[in-house]
Amino acid sequence: MLRRDVVADDRIPPERVALVDLLDRLLEGGVVLTGDLVLSIADVDLVRISLRTIIVSIEGDEAA
Amino acid sequence: MTGTGTYVYAVARSAVECPCEGVAPVRTIAGAGLVAYVSTVPLGEFGEGPLRRSLEDLDWLAVTARAHHRVVEAVAAATPTAPVRLVTVYADDAQVRDLLERRRDDFLEVLSHVTGRREWGVKAYVSPSASSSSPAIGDGHRGTGSGDPRAGDGDPRAGDGDPRAGDGVRKPGTAYLQRRQASLRGRERLRRQIAGRAEHIHAALSSLAVASCRHRAQDPQLSGRNEAMLLNGAYLVDEGRDEEFAATVGSLGGDGVEVRLTGPWAPYSFTVMEAC
Repeated sequence: MLRRDVVADDRIPPERVALVDLLDRLLEGGVVLTGDLVLSIADVDLVRISLRTIIVSIEGDEAA
Repeated sequence: MTGTGTYVYAVARSAVECPCEGVAPVRTIAGAGLVAYVSTVPLGEFGEGPLRRSLEDLDWLAVTARAHHRVVEAVAAATPTAPVRLVTVYADDAQVRDLLERRRDDFLEVLSHVTGRREWGVKAYVSPSASSSSPAIGDGHRGTGSGDPRAGDGDPRAGDGDPRAGDGVRKPGTAYLQRRQASLRGRERLRRQIAGRAEHIHAALSSLAVASCRHRAQDPQLSGRNEAMLLNGAYLVDEGRDEEFAATVGSLGGDGVEVRLTGPWAPYSFTVMEAC
């Protein structure tokens, strides 16, 4: 029943990890640094990013 | 915008060979017993203005996220690593060195928390079979059989009756509304059961993990799956318990819920330096 997307002995190369799973971690996780940054993603409205990327992906699907 | 900035991927305690390309060639900056993995990037692309626009471009985001992930994976495979959130850009190396000194204790604490542990992702969905099953089955037989005292009497016609009688006396609109109500009630019940399942799955997995957190459910338009996502969990697990964890994940699916395991991941969800 269990389906593994990535397993320890047979790692999926970074190119094939599902982008959506990656973005969960890269946009919500990781060390958040503040201070003298040019820009940290912490400063950007993530909800707006995800909404816009969804719109872009839908438009891309329709164009394809 | 002209000039360059310093893009940070991750912080670790030691410098390891990183034979991979990030958003640009990868190098290290050492300081305070820590090592930052960085690239020099043009501010024409990674300055504040360009980034705000680029982050809304899915293609750019995909390429950048994968480049960031490649570097984090390569470092994390060799040494305990604290990944830094996507697109964290400093003005120059001196600022990064200053950061390592200022936040040294925080980094060391995070690194010791993730040493010997890996992150696993567990997603739970409503199985397609569960969401399409109709609770209205049997509706048309209501009132036949059990209420008739003669049903078991030996009269061959008693339990049989006219199979069309029930449908004939009930107005089609009423039958439809009754079926629809039963279906809505069934769906509501199913939804409650399923929410309970998500809590149960998360609790069972959290008890095997040293830390856990729940990410937002993925939007079906990004995940490419129509089924509702019940759980998008992340679990930090001791390396020796990987098999036990995977076996438990496998045992928690079924009965209308499909469970998927992803990982091992670098400990992205557990280096936030804030509550997850």
